[in-house]
Amino acid sequence: MKVRIKFSKQGAMKFIGHLDVMRYFQKAMRRAEVNICYSGGFSPHQIMSFAAPLGVGITSNGEYLDIEVEDTEDLRTMKERLNGVMAEGFSILSCRRLPDDAGNAMSLVAAAEYTVSFRPGYEPENTENWMKEIAAFYDQEQIRITKKTKKGEKELDLKPLVYGMQAEGASLRMTISTGSTENIKPELILDAYYQAMGQERPAFAFQVQREEVYAENAGQKSPRFVSLEMLGECVE
Amino acid sequence: MRKLALSDEILLSIQQPARYIGGEVNMTVKDPSKVDVRFAMCFPDVYDIGMSHLGIQILYDMFNRREDVYCERVYSPWTDLDKIMREQNIPLFALESQDPIKEFDFLGITLQYEMSYTNVLQILELSQIPLHAADRGEDCPLVIGGGPCAYNPEPLAEFFDLFYIGEGETVYYELLDRYKANKAAGGTRKQFLELAAEVPGIYVPSFYEVTYQEDGTIKSFTPNNPHAKETITKELVMNLDEVPYLEKPLVPYLKVAQDRVVLEIMRGCIRGCRFCQAGNVYRPLREKGLDFLKEHAIQMLKSTGHEEISLSSLSSSDYTQLEELITFLIDEFKGKGVNISLPSLRIDAFSLDVMSKVQDVKKSSLTFAPEAGSQRLRDVINKGLTEEDILNGASQAFHGGWNRVKLYFMLGLPTETVEDMEGIALLSEKIAETYYDEIPKEQRHGKVQVVASSSFFVPKPFTPFQWARMCTKEEFIERANIVRRKFREMLNYKSLKYNWHEAELTVLEGVLARGDRRTGAVIEEAYKNGALFDSWSEYFDNEIWMKAFETCGVSIDFYTTRERSLDEIFPWDFIDTGVSKEFLKREWQKAIGEEVTPNCRQKCAGCGVMKFRGGVCYEGKN
Repeated sequence: MKVRIKFSKQGAMKFIGHLDVMRYFQKAMRRAEVNICYSGGFSPHQIMSFAAPLGVGITSNGEYLDIEVEDTEDLRTMKERLNGVMAEGFSILSCRRLPDDAGNAMSLVAAAEYTVSFRPGYEPENTENWMKEIAAFYDQEQIRITKKTKKGEKELDLKPLVYGMQAEGASLRMTISTGSTENIKPELILDAYYQAMGQERPAFAFQVQREEVYAENAGQKSPRFVSLEMLGECVE
Repeated sequence: MRKLALSDEILLSIQQPARYIGGEVNMTVKDPSKVDVRFAMCFPDVYDIGMSHLGIQILYDMFNRREDVYCERVYSPWTDLDKIMREQNIPLFALESQDPIKEFDFLGITLQYEMSYTNVLQILELSQIPLHAADRGEDCPLVIGGGPCAYNPEPLAEFFDLFYIGEGETVYYELLDRYKANKAAGGTRKQFLELAAEVPGIYVPSFYEVTYQEDGTIKSFTPNNPHAKETITKELVMNLDEVPYLEKPLVPYLKVAQDRVVLEIMRGCIRGCRFCQAGNVYRPLREKGLDFLKEHAIQMLKSTGHEEISLSSLSSSDYTQLEELITFLIDEFKGKGVNISLPSLRIDAFSLDVMSKVQDVKKSSLTFAPEAGSQRLRDVINKGLTEEDILNGASQAFHGGWNRVKLYFMLGLPTETVEDMEGIALLSEKIAETYYDEIPKEQRHGKVQVVASSSFFVPKPFTPFQWARMCTKEEFIERANIVRRKFREMLNYKSLKYNWHEAELTVLEGVLARGDRRTGAVIEEAYKNGALFDSWSEYFDNEIWMKAFETCGVSIDFYTTRERSLDEIFPWDFIDTGVSKEFLKREWQKAIGEEVTPNCRQKCAGCGVMKFRGGVCYEGKN
C-alpha cells in the first residue's frame, strides 16, 4: 500500500540538508514502528522517495515523501505515531493513501509555491512597495535572464515558468516551475529583477519558505495544478 | 522555537551547519533557570567524531537524570567556524541551550587521544575562559578532564582545575552535591576544589608540587594542600548491571562516524597485551548480564531508529555468553532490516559462521591483529595469537568465501629485529599462499587481497612498556622501508599491499603520552602558533611543533628515546589503577625474556586489581 506523507520543516531544521532529512525519516519510521516495506538483497532498504529536495536554509510547510507499507499498517494512527517521534521543527501534516497505480511524488512534481520575505535587518525603506514593484515587473511579456549553469551561461525566458506572483504585504508569494523538466528556484526570480536594475542580489537578504508542491491536474483545465496531497485519499 | 547562537548568515556560510544547531532526536531540553548546576560536556574534536563517542552519551544521560543538573554538549568548531568566531568575538556555546560556555558551572572535557590537546586549548579560548587554571576567576566554569588520557594528566595539568580518574558513573553525583553545597554556603572556587580533592578519584593538579632532579627526571611529587590525597585510586563500576544505562542515545542528523547503536558488552580485558593501555587500566574484566544486554539492545534500537547495532568491548570473543547474545540479535533483528556489526572478534569457526549470517561475504574483509610479524615478538608483547591460529582462521575464511584480509601490525616494538620486521611481509605472503593452495581455481572469486598496515609503537603509561625506549622518526621510517622492501620480494606481491602511518605524528604522541608538566608549555606554544586538529592529517603541521619544542627548551628525546631506569618516578605514578607497578615491572622483564603470561581466565598473574573485589578475578568463586 502506497502512502504519501506531507510534512513541514521549520526553525533550525532548515539547516539540515536533504540527504540527512532522508536518513532522519528512515530512522523516524523505525521509531514510530511504521510497517514500511523493504527492498530485497543483502542490505535491504526502506521503500521511500522524496518529492523535491529542499535547499539548505529554506523552511517549508509542504514537503512530501512517498512510502510503501505493509497492508497491516494502520493509516489512521500513522500521523500521530510519527508526530510522537519527530524532533522539534518537523511536523507530519498528513498521511494519505495513494491508489496502487499512482506515480511517485518525484516524477509528478510540476510546480512549487514559495513565500519570500526580507531577512530582518535587510529590509528596504518600504518593503510593501518593494514587493509590489517586483510583482509588477513580472507582468511583462518576457523576463529574460542569463542563468549560470554547469556548462556555462544560458539565456532563459522566465515568464512562462512563473505561474503566479503576488505581493502580500511584506512578502511575495510565487508559484514557479519545479521538477525534472524546468527546475526554477525562487532566488532566480529575485535575480532577474535585480539584473534588470543592473544590480546584484545582496547575499542573505531574503528568507524563503516553500508553501506547497504541485502536480499537473491531469485531464483538467482548471485549476492547472493540484497539490500532491490532494492526489491521496484521506483515511484519518 | 529554540534560538540559535549563530546567525543565519554564519550558518549558511560554513560547512555542515547541522554541527552547531543541536535539536537532535533524544536531546535533553530543560529550563536552565530551574537547575542548580549547568554542565557542558565536551569532546574536543569536530561534532562528527565527538557524537560517535559512547562515554559522553552515557554521562550526558546520567547527569540529566538529576533534576537539579542540566548537562549540555559542546564540540570543536571546525576551522571555518573557528575563524569566524575569532573575528567576530563570538563565545563558544553549548548545543542545547545555545548559551555561552563561560556561563556554565562546569566544562567537562574528555581526553581520548593526545593529538586532541591543542583542541582542548581551542575550546577554552573560544569559550573565553583563561587557558591557565591559575588565572580563572570565581565566575569561570570549573574545567574538569576525564577519559583514558587522564591516566597521565600531567601535560595538561596547568589547563585543568581538576581531573576525574577512572569510570565516570561512580563519583560524579558526589562531586556535584559538593559543588551545590559549597555554592549554597557561599564558598569560593578554592574551597570547592578542596572539597573535591577529598572525593575518591578526583585529582586537583594545583594541590601538588613537583620537583625535578638535575637529569630532568622527577625528584618528588607531593601534595601541598591538606585536602589532597597522596595517591589517586581510579574509580570503577563493579557491577555494570546496576548503573543507570543509556536508554535513549542522541541521534544526529549528520552521518557521523558511529551511526549506529553501540552496545557495550563488558569493560576490561583478560588478555594482558603488554603494549595496550586500555587492557591494563580498565582491569579487571567485568561483563554485563545477557538479559540486561538483550533488553537494552531492544530499547536503544527502538528509541533511536538506527538500522545497525554494534557490540563494543576490547575483545568481544572473551564475552562468555557471546554465542547466545549474537544468536538473539540475529533472530530478533535480522528480519527487521537491522544490520549487526561485530568488531573485535577472534576469527574462528563460530565467528565465521555468524559473520556469514550478518554480512555480505563478497563485500567484506576479515581483520586480524597479529601486531607483530614473528612469533618471538608476539611473545614479547604477550599477544596470544599464533601463526597457526592466523593461518587456520584465514583458511576457514577462504573456504567460507572471503578473499580479502586486513592485518594490523606495530613497528618499533621493544626488542624488534630485522627478522621481526620482515616477518610482517612473510606472514602476509603465507596468508596469500594459503588461499592459492587451498582454494581450487574454479572456486576462487578473483585474486586474494591481503592488506597489511603498520602503526608505529608508542609506549604508554601503566603498561609494562612504560619503561621502553621509543624509536626516532628516522628509525620508524627506516623500519617501514625494511618491511616495504621485503614485501617487494614476495612471490605473491601482486596480492599484497602494505601501508604505514605517519611517523612525525607518532613521535609527538609519544612525547605527550609520557609527558610531564613541562610539556604543557609546548602544547600551548604550538597552539598559539596555529596547531589545531593535529589528528587530521590535512591540518597537522610538524614544523609548528618542532619550533615549539625549541622555543620552550623541551627535549623530544628526553620523553621518547631516553632509557628509563626501573626506579624512576613517573609523572603518572601518583595514580593507582589497581595494577601494581611491581606487576608492570615483572611483565617488562618477562617481555625482554620473551616469556608469555597466561590470560586472566587461564591463571591469575597477580596484577593487583583483585583488591577491587569483583569481575573476572572472582569468576566462578562465589
